[in-house]
Amino acid sequence: MKHSEVEILDAKTREKLCFLDKVEPQATIAEIKNLFTKSHPQWYPARQSLRLDPKGKSLKDEDVLQKLPVGTTATLYFRDLGAQISWVTVFLTEYAGPLFIYLLFYFRVPFIYGHKYDFTSSRHTVVHLACICHSFHYIKRLLETLFVHRFSHGTMPLRNIFKNCTYYWGFAAWMAYYINHPLYTPPTYGAQQVKLALAIFVICQLGNFSIHMALRDLRPAGSKTRKIPYPTKNPFTWLFLLVSCPNYTYEVGSWIGFAIMTQCLPVALFSLVGFTQMTIWAKGKHRSYLKEFRDYPPLRMPIIPFLL
Amino acid sequence: DRRPGPRAARAPASRGRGGGPGRPLLPLRAAGLAAPRLLRAAHGAPDGGGGGSGRRRFSGALGRTPPAPLPLSSTSPGCAATMASSEEDGTNGGASEAGEEREAAGKRRRRGLLATAWLTFYNIAMTAGWLVLAIAMVRFYMEKGTHKGLYRSIQKTLKFFQTFALLEIQNEESVVLFLVAWTVTEITRYSFYTFSLLDHLPYFVKWARYNFFIILYPVGVAGELLTIYAALPYVKKTGMFSIRLPNKYNVSFDYYYFLLITMASYIPLFPQLYFHMLRQRRKVLHGEVIVEKDD
Repeated sequence: MKHSEVEILDAKTREKLCFLDKVEPQATIAEIKNLFTKSHPQWYPARQSLRLDPKGKSLKDEDVLQKLPVGTTATLYFRDLGAQISWVTVFLTEYAGPLFIYLLFYFRVPFIYGHKYDFTSSRHTVVHLACICHSFHYIKRLLETLFVHRFSHGTMPLRNIFKNCTYYWGFAAWMAYYINHPLYTPPTYGAQQVKLALAIFVICQLGNFSIHMALRDLRPAGSKTRKIPYPTKNPFTWLFLLVSCPNYTYEVGSWIGFAIMTQCLPVALFSLVGFTQMTIWAKGKHRSYLKEFRDYPPLRMPIIPFLL
Repeated sequence: DRRPGPRAARAPASRGRGGGPGRPLLPLRAAGLAAPRLLRAAHGAPDGGGGGSGRRRFSGALGRTPPAPLPLSSTSPGCAATMASSEEDGTNGGASEAGEEREAAGKRRRRGLLATAWLTFYNIAMTAGWLVLAIAMVRFYMEKGTHKGLYRSIQKTLKFFQTFALLEIQNEESVVLFLVAWTVTEITRYSFYTFSLLDHLPYFVKWARYNFFIILYPVGVAGELLTIYAALPYVKKTGMFSIRLPNKYNVSFDYYYFLLITMASYIPLFPQLYFHMLRQRRKVLHGEVIVEKDD
């Protein structure tokens, strides 16, 4: 069988970085990346972006050399994506922070509030309930990261971990400070408000988890297949009839519930910022679905039924 | 459409920094001084001296030709909305470097006739407004022989063009410093936009726009910082704009510390802005080709 040759050039400077001869035509991009790493060990495969055109899209790891529009000598352009870190690591770190930080405030460890409050406990039931809800939420996220989610990509740029942790940890500290403050004011409408909010929170947590499980079941372990998600027997998944990303819908709902429960403006702001970001992601996802699948259900909106 | 509204019109086509909503951090807008201008500029309008949040009323059009819709960059500083990683492969969409005056005609066609008309009107109005202010300042000085009382006399006009926090000016000298710097900067800048829009840009306007800032930015920043600094004791004493606990929304805000943080933020942000302008200057005036380091 005829072997192919691959030359790899720097996308910006066009400098010849590597020449691979005797490459099997059925080799995948992933295999080529591994070969490239041998000559340039500082560029491990996760930080390589190879493309056919210097300004074009990155080739996928699964793409087969033979199937690409290249001759027997393929020219690929390389771009360094920068230091990478695994998605799992980022998720675990960014979620463990809020879990831990909130508890610091809940238990009123020294140097946060005045010394006379050290290790005291709030007299408001809602404050204890809020701690349970917040902690449950992040424990759920950690467990989902470990056992439920199937990531499309292994890594992301390293700088993201600093950005993401600042966001999650910062907001967690800000919210926790007020909710666990000795001068905390419980909700205006008392137990009624707390009960309603708790109901919203619990329903949305169950909903969010149901969607995560449904999405997981769409994709076999270790694969990167993409399919249109559909409602299942679980009523929480029926939101798929109206929305492309019901996991985000439920997530926003949870935080709205938490905001009503605690009647704390920083929580509302956190919900708003999160909602903004999730809407952007949902719209992107929705657009990808539409592009990839001709028969995508037309009734669906990205994140809010009928509206957004 | 993900274009973040009017602000997108603000961002110039040539930007070294990524996209980003360009929306100033909300509290900074409340500070209402040049601070938000500076920070806004750092976010996405790196031609210095803001325009956005202070002029919320006019935020519909700010002279620049709108760039193509940019994906939100995950790296633009202070971009609250993009705090978490993108779910895509993590490579962000930075703005591509496009020459400022390139393809003006193409952009105009894309922009539409109505938008062009509005932008033209807006920029002429802003140029005129700042000119009025400049003249008022000069007349005041000619009549009174001093800058004392200057701020008070132009307050109303100034506030029409730049929403100001009522910061109880404590130090008139520093105010005059940044007022002079701004006025000249803004007149130059808006004239530049106006002429660009009309496709008749005299070289001296371009020259002024890309040289005046070298002196005016540091002067303006110095004036702003001194003004904030002078106001600090008053802010602390009166507790203005501050919210204390307990309250039913379980939130607090200390304007004094907020101002301190604002002042500190100049340290990373001003150099970014200034060097960006220097790079733009080399490109536009000296035709240098600068390869931007991406990602």
